[in-house]
Amino acid sequence: MKNLVEVKNIKKNYGKNEAVKGISFNIKEDEILGLLGPNGSGKTTTIGMLLGLLKPTSGEIFINGQKLEGNRIEILEQINFISPYIELPKKLTVKQNLTVYGKLYKINNINERIEFLSEKLRLEGLLNSITGELSSGQKNRVSLAKALINEPKVLLLDEPTASLDPEVGDFVRSFLEDYKKEKKLSILLASHNMNEVTRLCKSILMMKDGIIIDEGNPEELIHKHGRKNLEEVFLKLSRSKNELN
Amino acid sequence: MSLTRMYGLFLRHFYLITRSFPRVLDLVYWPTIQITLWGFISNFFATHTTYYNNAVGVILTCAILYDFLFRTSIGFNMLFLEEIWSRNFTNLFIAPMKIGEILTSLVATALIRALIGLIPAVLLTSPLFGISILDLGIFLFFLFLSLYLFGITLGILVSAGLLRYGPSFENIAWSTMFLLAPFGCIYYPIEILPEVFQKIAYLLPLVYIFEEARNILINQTVDIENIYYAFMWNGVYFVLSIALFYYSFNVAKNKGTLINMGE
Repeated sequence: MKNLVEVKNIKKNYGKNEAVKGISFNIKEDEILGLLGPNGSGKTTTIGMLLGLLKPTSGEIFINGQKLEGNRIEILEQINFISPYIELPKKLTVKQNLTVYGKLYKINNINERIEFLSEKLRLEGLLNSITGELSSGQKNRVSLAKALINEPKVLLLDEPTASLDPEVGDFVRSFLEDYKKEKKLSILLASHNMNEVTRLCKSILMMKDGIIIDEGNPEELIHKHGRKNLEEVFLKLSRSKNELN
Repeated sequence: MSLTRMYGLFLRHFYLITRSFPRVLDLVYWPTIQITLWGFISNFFATHTTYYNNAVGVILTCAILYDFLFRTSIGFNMLFLEEIWSRNFTNLFIAPMKIGEILTSLVATALIRALIGLIPAVLLTSPLFGISILDLGIFLFFLFLSLYLFGITLGILVSAGLLRYGPSFENIAWSTMFLLAPFGCIYYPIEILPEVFQKIAYLLPLVYIFEEARNILINQTVDIENIYYAFMWNGVYFVLSIALFYYSFNVAKNKGTLINMGE
């Protein structure tokens, strides 16, 4: 499988504060890479750099073989993002929102695409509803539909199931698994839900203080650190000094 | 009643003010601008009581022109602020849109918004006050075009500020027009301003636009030079505003403002 995302020694400084201190990783086609770390470890900054919202102080990012710097628009056509901290315009209906983003991503046959996504994400009955009046679970599925409107090759997920009830959370996770398999999607998943990460990710990066302190698949990490589950590994690494320093 | 709790709430807002220069500026300049603007207007009417005798409706026409400028500028800012308020800002900036595309679509939308507000006002002045802004003739088009250009220029400048400083710049967005009103000579001729202010006013397209509107309505003549200077200054400020917007976008990418559009 080829690498769809290649991150080479990226650093990000805010003045004297080093938010990300030179990290490198790859995400293969048809792979979900988990990005774990305590708050302030540099996860959001890393995602911001991958989205072109933040300029790395140094280092390079390649998406689908293209360097992000200098090809921002071409790359943004191939990626998308979902986070509970960003929303779609509340006064618009679900269909209006999806149509707007379909246009922004220059999607041909927008209606067909909306129909396909609404069927997959159980949105058929909500298309004419006002987005701001939906429940958290419904809004989350609409945001997911927006994030998939351009059939991205790379999907960045920041806490995609935060604040969802277990049933909706499970639906979203199952959907992501199936969709990734079907479309050979590369996904970067930043999450504090260790069960979710264990279920979805074959490989994990553990970040702390702007560096990657450990990596591997969930079973390997649990075994290596002699813990019962990923949550205990997370707590151990979060509370310890940086192991790879 | 708990003094501690009330003090706590006071602190919540006080901390916000002390951490944000645009908010401090906002507190200071509103009273200053209002006093300055109305001071000049009062001064003018006290010393030139017969100036408007021959041209009923000059004030109303200038008010409509100023309102068009106001609507265009605020309309542009509103479009940008809507994205921040609805927390859709990040979605917009991760869409594959060039900055030029974002600006162009906002400029066009701002025009439509301004026209929706303007047309009823223009239509109402005739039956209500017996005045038609169309008395300005073909040159009305150039005056409107010039005001529109300046309105969106201010809108782009304020949006650049929002990109650079975040939502704390919002108050500036609401008050840019009032900040410039005393220098724009909307309701009085430039001669009423002190000499230093006149020098500043001549650097703005507004003074040429409103001087020309009064010239056409009162003297029934057209001074092409005024229209030329209005467009010239508009061109200068428009190019500067675009450059500043691109600069602010790059600063925002370095500072992280694009992913942290909060308070």
